[in-house]
This record gives sequence, C-alpha cells and structure tokens, in this order.
Amino acid sequence: MSAQLAQYLLSGITIGAIYALVALGFSIIFNASHVINFAQGEFVMIGGMTTVSLAGTGLPVPAAMVAAVLLSALVGLALEKFAVEPARGAPVVTLVIITIGASILLRGIAALVWDKKLHTLAPFSGNTPIEVAGAALLPQSLWVVGVTLAIVLALSWFFGRTLLGKAMLATSTQRTAAQLVGINVRRVLFVSFGLSAGLGAVAGILITPITLTSWDVGVMLGLKGFAAAVLGGLGSGPGAVLGGVLLGVAESLSAGYVSSAYKDVIAFVLMLAMLFFMPTGILGSRAAERV
Amino acid sequence: MISWLSSPRRGGLLALLAVIAALPLALPNNYFYEVAILVGLNAIVCVGLNLLIGYAGQISLGHAGFFGLGAYGSAILSTRFDWPPLVSIAAATLGVGAIAYLIGRPILRLKGHYLAMATLGMGVIVSIVAATEDRWTGGPDGMPVKPLGVLGATISGEGTWYWVVGALLLAAVWLSLNLVESPTGRALRALSASEVAAEVSGIDSARQKVRVFVISALFAAVAGSLTAHYSGFITPSKLSFFHSIEFVTMVVFGGMASTYGAVVGAAVLTTLPQLLTVFRDYEMVVFGAVMMGTMIFMPKGLVPSLGELAARKDPR
Amino acid sequence: MKRISVASVLGLTVAWLGLAGIASAQEPIKVGAFLSVTGPAAFLGDPEQKTLDLYVEKLNAAGGVLGRRLELVAYDSAGDAEKARTFARRLIEQDKVDVIVGGSTTGETMAVVPLVEAAGIPFISLAGAVVIIEPVKKWVFKTPHTDRMACEKIFVDMRSRGVAKIALISGSGGFDKSMRAECLKVAAQDKIDIVADESYGAGDADMTAQLTKIRTTPGVQAVLNAGFGQGPAIVTKNFRQIGMTVPLYQSHGVASKEYVKLSGEAAEGVRLPAAALLVAESLADSDPQKKVVVGYKRDYEGRFKSEVSTFGGHAYDGLMLAVEAMKRAGSADKAKVRDALEATRGYMGTAGVVNMSAQDHMGLDLTAFRMLEVRKGDWTLVK
Repeated sequence: MSAQLAQYLLSGITIGAIYALVALGFSIIFNASHVINFAQGEFVMIGGMTTVSLAGTGLPVPAAMVAAVLLSALVGLALEKFAVEPARGAPVVTLVIITIGASILLRGIAALVWDKKLHTLAPFSGNTPIEVAGAALLPQSLWVVGVTLAIVLALSWFFGRTLLGKAMLATSTQRTAAQLVGINVRRVLFVSFGLSAGLGAVAGILITPITLTSWDVGVMLGLKGFAAAVLGGLGSGPGAVLGGVLLGVAESLSAGYVSSAYKDVIAFVLMLAMLFFMPTGILGSRAAERV
Repeated sequence: MISWLSSPRRGGLLALLAVIAALPLALPNNYFYEVAILVGLNAIVCVGLNLLIGYAGQISLGHAGFFGLGAYGSAILSTRFDWPPLVSIAAATLGVGAIAYLIGRPILRLKGHYLAMATLGMGVIVSIVAATEDRWTGGPDGMPVKPLGVLGATISGEGTWYWVVGALLLAAVWLSLNLVESPTGRALRALSASEVAAEVSGIDSARQKVRVFVISALFAAVAGSLTAHYSGFITPSKLSFFHSIEFVTMVVFGGMASTYGAVVGAAVLTTLPQLLTVFRDYEMVVFGAVMMGTMIFMPKGLVPSLGELAARKDPR
Repeated sequence: MKRISVASVLGLTVAWLGLAGIASAQEPIKVGAFLSVTGPAAFLGDPEQKTLDLYVEKLNAAGGVLGRRLELVAYDSAGDAEKARTFARRLIEQDKVDVIVGGSTTGETMAVVPLVEAAGIPFISLAGAVVIIEPVKKWVFKTPHTDRMACEKIFVDMRSRGVAKIALISGSGGFDKSMRAECLKVAAQDKIDIVADESYGAGDADMTAQLTKIRTTPGVQAVLNAGFGQGPAIVTKNFRQIGMTVPLYQSHGVASKEYVKLSGEAAEGVRLPAAALLVAESLADSDPQKKVVVGYKRDYEGRFKSEVSTFGGHAYDGLMLAVEAMKRAGSADKAKVRDALEATRGYMGTAGVVNMSAQDHMGLDLTAFRMLEVRKGDWTLVK
C-alpha cells in the first residue's frame, strides 16, 4: 500500500471516528423519539469549550473533562424537558424548528459565556506522530478511535443487557407496545437526550487537541455527523459508526485523488444518494417512511 | 358588506392593498423603505413556502437554495452575459422551476425527517457550489449585480422598488389564495391530512406534491432574482442553511396553512433583527429563544392562534 | 417700557441663537460602524468593536474632536453582506452619521460601496481584498494591507532564500480565495512558480490528505498557506505531523498570538508578513512606528486583558485617520473630510505609514509589512 494511500486512509479513519461519535448521538435520540436533534453539534462544542475554560481556571484537566460531560448531559436533559416534551406529538416541522432554535440559542449563549476565539487542549499523550505503513498517525487519533470503539461496545452492552437499555430499544421499535408493557416512555426519552448529550461532549473533548474548538465548531460537525448517521442508517449504532468511518474515508480519498475544493460536498452528495436509493441507510431497519 | 369583506380573498386582499398603499406615510426615510422592501421580498418566498409546508404538509430545509439559484441565475445572466435584466429574471425563474421539477419527483417520495434531510442536503450542496465556482459566482465574497432596467428605464430608488415589490406581493398572495381554493388546493389539503386516504380518493399525490414544490420554488426564485437586482450585490450566504431556516421559521411563526400568516411571519421576523440591535450581543440568544418559544407555546403560529383567540371571544 | 421690551426681546433672541449655536456645536460627531462581531468573522469584528469603543471613549475624555463629542453608532452585521447593507443604509439615513468605519469582510464592504458612493459619505473599510480600492472609488478608503501586498512580501522573502517553486494551500473563505487569486496573479512577475494548488473547506478538521499530495509533488521548495481562522492552525499541525520540512509561510490573516498558541510547537519556524504591532516592544527605539504601536498595545491589553491583534489595529487606524482628517478639514462636513482623507500624508498608524492620494486610497507600501518568524512560541523580526 502506497504511503500516500495509507495517509489518506488513516486521516479518514480519524475524522471518521469523530463523525461516528456525533452520529451515535443523533441515532440514540432518533431511536427514542423519532426526533432529529439539530442541536447535537452544540453538545460537541459544549464538551470541548467547557473543558478548555475549566482547565483554564486551574482545575486539573481530567476533572474538567468529567465536569464538561456532566454539564452537557444536563443541557441535554434540560432541552428534552423544556423544549421537546411540551411539543410531543407536534408535526415534524415544529420539532425541527425547536431543535434548530435550540442550537442557535446554545451557540448564542456560548458566544456570551466564553468568547469567539479558537481554543485547544493538549493532546492526551503527546504530539509525536507514529509511523504506520509510511503514514504519520497522531497518538490523539488512536485515542479518538479507541474511545469510540469502547463507547460502541459499552452501548451495545447497555442496550443488550441492561433493563433501561432494553427499554430504550423497545421504545424505538414500537412505542405503543413499549408503553403497554409498562415502560415509562417519557423517562426513556429523557435519558436518551442526556446520554446523547454526554456522548457529544466526549466527542468534543477527544477531538479538540486535533481540530480545535470554538463557539461555532458544532455547526459543520453536526451536519456531517448527521450525514454519517443517514449513511449508516438512522437509529442504528453500528450504522452510525460505519457511516462515520465511510464518510471520513470518502472525504479524505476524494480530497487526495479528486479535488480538495469539493471535499465538503461529498458528505451531502453521499447522503442524498443514500436517501434516494436506500433511505434507511446501510444498516438501518427496513421500515422506511416512503410513499 | 361585512361578509363580502370577510372572505379571505377579497377582504384580505383589499386590506393588504390598503396597508401597502398607506405604509409609505409612516416611512420617514430610505432605511425604512429598505426594510419594507425586504419584508415584501421575504413575504413572497414565504407565501410560496407556506403552500408547501402549511397546505401540502411537506417540509423544505433548502428553500434558500431556490432563492439563491434565482438570484445567482439572474445575476450571472445579466451581469456576465449582458442579457436584459427582465429576461434574466424570467430565464432564471424558469430554470429554477425546471430544476425543482427534476428533483421534485425523487425527493418528494421521502417523508418527514428524511425529506427534511434531503432538502437540507440539496441546499447545502448548492451553497457550497456557489461559494466554490468563483469564476461564475465571484466566490464567497459574492458578485455585483446590474440594476433592473425595464424597457430602457432603470428601476432605482427605494420608492419605485417599494411599489414594484408591493404589487408583486399582492399578486403572489392572490395566486396563493386562488390555488388554495382550487381543486389543487383541496387535493393538497387532503394530502396533508392523510396521503393514503387521498390516493384512495383518486388524487395523484406525487404529481400534486411536485406541482406545489415547483410553484413554491418559482416564488422563491422570483424573490431571489429581484433581491439580487435590488441590492446590486449577491453573496453565497443568501443560499445558506441558516437562511433556509429563517424562511421556514417565518412561515411557521406566522401560521402554517395561512397565506396572510406567511406575510405576517415574514414581516415580524425580518424586522426583528433590526429591533434587536439594542441587544447587540444577545441577538442570537433572543432569536433562538423566539424560535423555540413560538413553537412550544404557539405551535399553530401567530395568525391562527390570534384567530382562535378572537373566535373564542366571539362565540357565534 | 417699549425700549426695555425691545432690548429684552433682542437680548433674548441673541441669547437664544447663541444657545442654539452652542447646542449645535455640542451636537456630537457621529461615527457609524458595521462590524462582524458575531458570525464566522467574529475573529475580526470583536477586536474591531472593542477598539472603536475604547478609543471613542478616550477621545471624548480628552475633549472630543473639534470641541465636539464623538458618538459611535455600531451595528453587528455578522459577516452577512445583506445585513451590512441594511445597517449601512440605517447609519446613513436614520442615524445620519458623518463618517463610516467598518466592513470587517470584503463581501460586506463591497455590498455597501454603491450605497456609500450614492450617498456621498466617507467610508473607511477594514477589509483586506485589493478590489476594494482598485479601481479607486471616490468615497471608499481602507486601512489594512491588501492581500496582494502580502503575496508580494512573501514572494520577496522566498526569493531571498533561494526558493522558486512553491505549493499553495488555501481555504474556502472570502479572504482565502481572494489572497489565492492575487498570489496566482503576481507569482510570475515575482519569479515564483506555483506547482501545486490545494484547498480545504471551512471547519475542516484534517488537511493531511492535501498536504500529502503537496509533499509528493516534485520540486516543492516551500508552502504558502493563504488562510484565515481555524484552517491555518490545523494545516500547521498537520504539516509537522507528516514530517514536512520545507519552509511554511502563513498569511497576515493569522497574525495573532492565537495562531501560535493553537499550533503549538508546530509553528516553530513559520514565517508570515504582519504589521509591526505584533512585535511592538522589540522594535528599535528609533523605529518611527514604535510609539504608536506600543501605545495601542498597552491601551488595548490593559483594558481588555487579551492579546492585541492586527485587526483591532486596523480599526484604530480607521478611526484615527477619520479624526485626523476632520481636524485638518476643520469640520465634519462629509465632502471636506473626504478631501482631507485623500490628502493624508505621513500619518503613522499601527499598519505603517499612510500616504494617500487620489489614485491610492489605502496609502501603505511594502515597508508597512514586516516579515516575522515564530521562534519558541513568540514573534521575531526577520531582518
């Protein structure tokens, strides 16, 4: 394998892992509520920015990270309680506007509470690149991929083995049936938002040493993570990961071999193609909302 | 007399005409005229978008794409190819209509969130292309646009533009009201209530959906090209995802399935940023809060909610 | 009785007119501004806004201009050209300002130009592209160096190191594209051959693909990153990550400590053209620019507790140029101020010495740019 190709693949997988984490957040919420949470990208932003600002006040970085994840989860819970729940049963358009409004609100608050500059975190284990097949891999990328895998495994254990997790799965498959067997659907919804928000924050913390963070870092990441979720199949955990990695690698390869100018378009073209031909995505459930 | 006036078509149009005619008395300078013109242009887009979202029950998160394609189309044809501006506007509008027709069929087979995502994707792709193809579009910094000339005379000056936009808005509202009360309109409403039931009654839902999609795209394209010629300048931010959201918010805020609601929504949300300048740093926060608040507490939108309040007070 | 009342009426009238005269003399001079304080160009607009606020306050504390108070009317255009236009119209028609300093980005500036030309009000832009003043427009001036000058300065430095073939990498923003276009235009005449031309998108997190492509292009002796914002920091980090050792040049768009902090050790050895403001303290005492830049740096950092940036410096220059012009014209009359602005000679700003003319509404030359290199996390002047 040529060193060039190796480099493209490695950077594609790194960025793909980031997209995967964001996509996971989308999928969990979609699973529980059939709501696309357009504010998912802002959770990523909150994770990174909170860690940076807390670490700046002298708090040890690991503590700052935990605090950031907790804060983000709280924001997610608040979003569900005060914005999504009152609008339960509303048409899709209404829910879309609510979550988009939430993302604008969160960004506005972030710009006020923090600042409009870019920030970074020190990489977890140094900056010396590791040579792999002639390409240079940053240690931080290993962290990103590693933690993503760990999270996917943890989530599959959670959904497969714990009662709450199984309840969440049941709700996503058939809400009414879940209610009939006594599952508190409202609580499932509540938890799913908190969980997604926490995940988003973890993604934000992991990638800040590589891609920097700022008050509006969530916009593009949110959109791309979204495209990745659609690619892999909305509502499917493995699908989110697959979609993320595919998207990242596709972007990297097209930037390397085709044209770097249109790299950003790749994500959306792929998403559109998927929606036209296989709306449920590669690993999504076969039930589609099509006429 | 009252019943004649209270029919939305006649009474409402007259009221709108009265407002448009009388407003200049309250506009002290060109700045106010400019805001009024922008309100009118946004209202045209919203009236069209409302047909799609409110009456047909679909969703589009990429309508700024049609707006922008109309704007850039007319800008490029008139400024780079020296076509007469009126012809450019017509050509750009028809071109956008054709594009809407071509993508309408495949895209409208999707529903709900999938449709939202697809339209979002389209919008983003168009905006990236506009920002990248700088040879044609001038890139992210945009390009200047020739002013609008009709039969040799240039339309310039806020006053003239005001009447042009006002007349077009009246035309757009009239068209929309007519459509709503026509068989197509009834078909759309049936469609939005239940697509399956509509199909069973013999409505070709796919065709109707594409039809209203194209109409709303045409409205957006006309407004877009006029905006380009009015401002004398066009940038890719007019095609952005955020701009699409602004349009959808205007429609939903004013009231879905209400043509006048779309106009009111456009009016309120276009003037809001001007009023919010007092808040300087808090603009985004307030805007986001308004979006969320309206949807949570007034999900039907402003005009229908007010209508409900009025009806409750007057139980006839 | 009558004589007294005539006298008293006359006296009252004179007093009234006198008061009116004083009152109108007390009427503040209005400086209008539209800046991208929020949005994608907040990097620019935020320090610009702070600078204008700070210096309008200081000028007023020192007695104002021409005995009148200065009033700043500022709006946030959030990087949107349409908003910029509406706010410019508001400044002109509603707020009736005497001069406009603003337009953080080229797009916003260009959208406002027709308005300003039609209304006949002096407008000092804070944006970078050369198209703002070329062709020269009667009422439009600008304070930042043009992107073309940045290219030229960089190319001169490259030639002095024996570099002839380079790779270009730029982002998708307006600044990036404009600078890339200018560099492509002047490369041939500056004897530089651009053999690779890559780009990345806004908010892209990883540029190793593009840089790998550049690394495998034969003959590349240096890399120029015409960028602004987040991209250049990531490019710099990726550059070191994949082990590239040729010289890396950045643009004046990242002339701030932020960039150095964000890029970390990867920024070592990076060169870029910038205003002397960044190395204010290390200038020789005999340097004519030292007093102005040190003064601005102390004022800004003292008040806002954050690193000074060249963008804020542009706003300072814009405001001060307008104020100087008013003082020379002896009034805030728009036409007189415009003429006075055009006649600016030898004015020392944070960007450099300004000599305007009817053909040159920017007034800076290549000496206004200093070539800086990053050493141990700090700027050093390249002699």
